[in-house]
Amino acid sequence: MPQVTLSVNGKSHTVDIEGRTLLVELLREKLRLTGTHVGCDTSQCGACVVHIDGESVKSCTTLAAMCEGASVTTIEGLAKADGTLHPMQEAFREYHALQCGFCTPGMVMSAVDLVQKHPEGLSELEIREGLEGNLCRCTGYHNIVKAIAAAAEVMHGKRETIAAAAQ
Amino acid sequence: MNAILPFEGIGASVKRKEDLRFLSGRGQYVDDINRPGQVYAWILRSQYAHARIVSIDTTAAAAMPGVIAVFTSADMAGIGGIPCGWQIHNKDGTPMAEPKHPVLAEGKLRHVGDPVAVVIAETRSQARDAGEAIALEVEALPAVTGTTEALAAGAPRVHDDIAGNLCYDWHIGDKSMTDAAFARAEHRVAFETTNNRLIANAMEPRSAVGDYDTTTGEHTLFTTSQNPHVIRLLMGAFVLNIPESKLRVVAPDVGGGFGSKIYHYAEEAIVTWAAAKLGRPVKWTADRTESFMSDAHGRDHVTRAELALDKEGTFLGLRVHTQANMGAYLSTFAPCVPTYLYATLLAGVYSTPAIYAEVKAVFTHTVPVDAYRGAGRPEATYLLERLVDVAAKQCGFDRIELRRRNFIATDAFPYQTPVALEYDSGDYFSTLNQALETSGWAGFEARRAEAAKRGKLRGIGISTYLEACGIAPSAVVGSLGARAGLYEVGTIRVHPTGSITVLTGAHSHGQGHETTFAQLVCDKLGVPVAQVDIVHGDTGKVPFGMGTYGSRSLAVGGSAMEKAMDKIIAKGKRIAAHLMEAAVEDIEFDRGTFRVAGTDKTKVLAEISLAAYVPHNYPIDEIEPGLEETAFYDPKNFTYPGGCHIAEVEIEKETGKVSLINFTAVDDVGRVINPMIVEGQVQGGVAQGVGQALMENCVYDAAGQLISASMMDYAMPRADDLAPVSVATHVTLCTHNPLGVKGCGEVGAIGSPPAVINAVVDALRDYGVTHVEMPATAPKIWSIIHGSTL
Repeated sequence: MPQVTLSVNGKSHTVDIEGRTLLVELLREKLRLTGTHVGCDTSQCGACVVHIDGESVKSCTTLAAMCEGASVTTIEGLAKADGTLHPMQEAFREYHALQCGFCTPGMVMSAVDLVQKHPEGLSELEIREGLEGNLCRCTGYHNIVKAIAAAAEVMHGKRETIAAAAQ
Repeated sequence: MNAILPFEGIGASVKRKEDLRFLSGRGQYVDDINRPGQVYAWILRSQYAHARIVSIDTTAAAAMPGVIAVFTSADMAGIGGIPCGWQIHNKDGTPMAEPKHPVLAEGKLRHVGDPVAVVIAETRSQARDAGEAIALEVEALPAVTGTTEALAAGAPRVHDDIAGNLCYDWHIGDKSMTDAAFARAEHRVAFETTNNRLIANAMEPRSAVGDYDTTTGEHTLFTTSQNPHVIRLLMGAFVLNIPESKLRVVAPDVGGGFGSKIYHYAEEAIVTWAAAKLGRPVKWTADRTESFMSDAHGRDHVTRAELALDKEGTFLGLRVHTQANMGAYLSTFAPCVPTYLYATLLAGVYSTPAIYAEVKAVFTHTVPVDAYRGAGRPEATYLLERLVDVAAKQCGFDRIELRRRNFIATDAFPYQTPVALEYDSGDYFSTLNQALETSGWAGFEARRAEAAKRGKLRGIGISTYLEACGIAPSAVVGSLGARAGLYEVGTIRVHPTGSITVLTGAHSHGQGHETTFAQLVCDKLGVPVAQVDIVHGDTGKVPFGMGTYGSRSLAVGGSAMEKAMDKIIAKGKRIAAHLMEAAVEDIEFDRGTFRVAGTDKTKVLAEISLAAYVPHNYPIDEIEPGLEETAFYDPKNFTYPGGCHIAEVEIEKETGKVSLINFTAVDDVGRVINPMIVEGQVQGGVAQGVGQALMENCVYDAAGQLISASMMDYAMPRADDLAPVSVATHVTLCTHNPLGVKGCGEVGAIGSPPAVINAVVDALRDYGVTHVEMPATAPKIWSIIHGSTL
């Protein structure tokens, strides 16, 4: 059986896989990292988004075999080791940007990458367009958009804290 | 010194307790649960809308690597069909047609997605591989998917013994009084519409894990359900014949429901049964395509309606004829949706004195249809609010003034409608006025003119709506055909040192119950939200429950908690009286403190609970130790949230694309416990309503294939399809539950579709259109503007 060696949330793993094993299957079923979700089968919903070498990727359409040597970050690895939330996670809570929580891990991982790629800042429309690859059925997105705008201010050092951005 | 704590009681926007685990990837959804020795089920489903099974050969599949078993209906002899929970009676008093709904198809396939066989294998992919090796030979038969077509003479029969595909022919209201109203009317306005079929698409696909303990004979089912006790009752009693004491149903974190996870589904019975048969835990998780063809669909009504008005515009009578698509089998609550959740709402916010409605429910070769966010009430609201706009235009009335003229007066409550319901409270004038002001209705023409300069057609639309939720009084629904009670259960467990666990029969799948319910307890018993834990979704822990749907959790489940807290306070007063050597009648209680009236002698709740669990100094001859109380609350009436929604849209002439520009919602949801959560519920509901109005549509082709069976084909709103939604509330209290709450889960999806379509029609006012069917997609609008079809 083929193997793949990759780093997930800073920890190295060597895992037996099938040629067809998807990254999301490796994460959920082999490593039991069940924070990454599967919401569809056509790469539309984005519940499975993780970062590979810092880039957001849909893990449901990534073969595990393609991840040899890669560094993968999942929602479980986003907060600091001491449990301090990433500003994006904190902003989602502050702005009530989640309800059932199922799309949330992918939404947060996409949002972090979106903000990182735009140090110049993002308009509301740019945030909305930047979320094209993520579906949420609960919130109507409005609070997600507000949370991302607030997190962007903190991530780019324009505000100290999410609470300050919320003022 | 007491620290100054932030206010966390009723009315505070407390941040949600559940968020931390969801944001950290530590939620526990069903597919996240793995049991030792677990195997996987894959279900072979019909690719035909209608076919006779000639043969099923599972030999090759059974020989595939990792395969443990392959089952068809022949292996499940003795297993009952999936029951329906509501019986409707025809006009002539006879019961509705109720065909058997087998767990796996028996002899015939009746819709694309109908389960035929199940493969159990060591891994998910082995099960799928083997499933593809099952040889299913069928004789394809002609199918019918359209509601009206299924009623036509000569239509293919869905069930051989049900003539004309008619499930029931039901009516409500006074026909002769309504006919008389039409006879004397100055204006008669006719309107026809189809309420488009939708698919709920909760982001978490359905999943079920069955487990069986051979030593105790106990079955456990983990399932994506909005009501685990109801599943235990239906599956245990009607399908698998397992007593409640041996069946535990757990609905852990559930990723959205919107109705689609109320019902008892075949897969729940399959994994529970197979786990016992094989002695291995069995997991099944739908892929999204399976969800599209096996989750209950919503809406799908075809309606003709007529409104009678006098010269001044007063509504005199309403006649409605609706055909409702049930799909191939009756889902759990399907029959009540187009009857008691639809036709009873046809008075809306208006004092129409005479209403008569007929509803025919029909079987078709499609996925079963059941309640989807709002369930019947969006269909009624859409019909009424479009009809009022059509009437205003046809008869030359202002659409706002016509509504005002016919509103139920604010001092007319309780108000008995001609279609069974008695509204307890409401103030439709205030919600209307507030929404008109917030939306800047008066200044709209300037915005229209500005848009025109940019080459855009701008329109504004309004809907003044009402719904009935907080379901429901058990005796009332029982007399109407419900095969269950609709009370709710709450247990308050005060621990020895004063922290609290609440057990509730309501189920949270996004609503934030862990926070809102904790606020109720905090407000009444004075315990900080952080020390109140809410337990739900497990029949092994919660005494009983009817679950979450119909915006009932707070109105019914919250009221059960209130009742249980009253019992806690009553017992606490007796303990406090003993400890403080006072008469029970002299003990006052306020937010956690028992006081001897008129003195400074007090005991806090934690002192009382400690005494209750360590009863050294305790009235042990009079009351039992411990401080835990359970209450069942059966509501006295439905609750009646209502309000006003206003949508503003712009249409791009070149493409016909409709863009939502802004949306104003002013809702009366009764007392608001957590404004942040209420706002989120309304925003989410509006998003689904806007989705129905502009984008979403479930489409079958002529052969009965489900064309919109993926998220690439079924257009759910994305972030850039929506606009900011302004949410406000105007409160009138519910008069018959202890909290004064009405419910906020569905208002967004109920009020919004007609507001959006009214705006679209308004934008197209120069093109001679009186109506645009949902969804108002770009090709449809382009054809109207350009006077031809694409």
